[in-house]
Amino acid sequence: MSLTIDDVRRIAKLARIAVTDDELAATQQQLNRIFGLIEEMRAVDTTGIEPMAHAQDVMLRLREDMATAPDRRAEWQAVAPAVENGLYLVPKVIE
Amino acid sequence: MQWEVVIGLEVHAQLSTQSKIFSTASTAFGAAPNTQTAVVDIALPGALPVMNKSAVEKAIRFGLAIGADINKKSVFARKNYFYPDLPKGYQISQFELPVVEHGAITIRVEPPKGEAYDKVVNLTRAHLEEDAGKSLHEDFHGMTGIDLNRAGTPLLEIVSEPDMRSAAEAVAYAKALHSIVTWIGICDGNMQEGSFRCDANVSVRPVGQKEFGTRREIKNLNSFKFLEQAINYEVRWQIDQIEDGHKIVQATVLFDPDTGETRMMRTKEDAHDYRYFPDPDLPPLMINDAWIERVKGEMPELPAAMQARFQSQYGIPAYDAATLTASKALAAYYEATVAAGADAKLASNWIMGEISAQLNREEKSIAECPVEAERLALMIKRIADSTINNKSAKDVLRWMWESPKTADELIAEHGLKQETDTGAIEAMIDGVLAANAAMVEEFKSGKEKAFNALVGQCMKAAKGKAPPAVVNEILRKKLG
Repeated sequence: MSLTIDDVRRIAKLARIAVTDDELAATQQQLNRIFGLIEEMRAVDTTGIEPMAHAQDVMLRLREDMATAPDRRAEWQAVAPAVENGLYLVPKVIE
Repeated sequence: MQWEVVIGLEVHAQLSTQSKIFSTASTAFGAAPNTQTAVVDIALPGALPVMNKSAVEKAIRFGLAIGADINKKSVFARKNYFYPDLPKGYQISQFELPVVEHGAITIRVEPPKGEAYDKVVNLTRAHLEEDAGKSLHEDFHGMTGIDLNRAGTPLLEIVSEPDMRSAAEAVAYAKALHSIVTWIGICDGNMQEGSFRCDANVSVRPVGQKEFGTRREIKNLNSFKFLEQAINYEVRWQIDQIEDGHKIVQATVLFDPDTGETRMMRTKEDAHDYRYFPDPDLPPLMINDAWIERVKGEMPELPAAMQARFQSQYGIPAYDAATLTASKALAAYYEATVAAGADAKLASNWIMGEISAQLNREEKSIAECPVEAERLALMIKRIADSTINNKSAKDVLRWMWESPKTADELIAEHGLKQETDTGAIEAMIDGVLAANAAMVEEFKSGKEKAFNALVGQCMKAAKGKAPPAVVNEILRKKLG
């Protein structure tokens, strides 16, 4: 599988990464190298091997359901660009 | 052309845990903005999620309640999208391997026209995920306000198969699901506060066509009424579009309760490329048999089982049993009333009738009913043993509603005790017959109506304190 320039544009847009036109070709090449690596791995015979969802063979740790986190709003909002009435303010978003 | 409607529902049930799904911040509703957030919820760099055991347990409960498969291994995935109420840039959800799969619910459908019927709705899956924060679009100098208290609240997203064929079926399914999640104590079911929200996938196709039509998804319906209105509007809209020669484009729409219309939110092609992948912060969730067995042992009797038991144990009709098991609290109230000595069918009639009606008028739940089961039971006993008639009982109930007095106290206080001495009733009837000789003649000449008039006269003379059945019987005998 290899990516077209349009694929690269689309992926960049979805990831909210600004890729300029003159960076496109280089990005495409880099991404395609990654796909090449994946193709190589795919060629390995994995019959009978159970797929893993995590790189380590560990299981999820669970914690008891207790609400212990303190309120640190003042501290965190002190470094936020804009706040009002306890809310973080962000550029207007409307669907 | 005849059209068939196809509906599938996605329901987000907020799990009633103390803390969030991946952090120790509180989930309590209504706190001051952003006071219930932890490092994970506001996505500080390096903060790691730690799974809440209770959220998993509640998912297991749900799986057991609907006869589903509980996956021994399930996986959390990142669903990537950008929105300011989701500071991480992704929602932690489950994609390929959800915690619960399959299962089914039997629903009772009451269509606007025609007979009620039962139907089985199959479930595709139920998965654990985190909720996003809230965006407040009021005017903050042209900016949007973000409250992250809700961010990270545990949700169980319950996805049905596209099995429903009308708004009535969709509503019946949503109500059945609501009843289950509240019954097994995994969700408080509060729809105003957003604890139970429905998304409806709606499409139409010509009757007989195998393939589904293109669907549109109506988002965030937070009442059964809106669910019904939104689907009915959407169905009419889609049929009109197709009949006018337009194609339906897959889209997400919002329902506006003020206009009763759905309107487009976004087209689905681009924005919905979520690029799911397994979350490297969270290894697979493993659930062993011992855990499932323990949860099974802690499950309450489920509504369907309880319904069947009510029918056999109390000998009440299916309709009564279904109504009384609409909620756990109502069922408990009924059982307590019968346990306190009330006749099972009379108890059912009074609870479904007067008690429910009065609670509705006062917008109260059964838990807030001022008449305790024991007091109701005594009143019903007094109807059964003919101390009072139904009409007086309604007064007694009303007075009990407003005071802590018992039925016996109120019967004595208001002199409601019915005459049970048949000798006294006979004497009273003799008096009435003597005073209404003309009516007696009419009856004897074949006018059945005159009999009712005589009964009326007797009841009047008895000031309502003679049991009508006894009066009827004696009167018949005397007029013989």
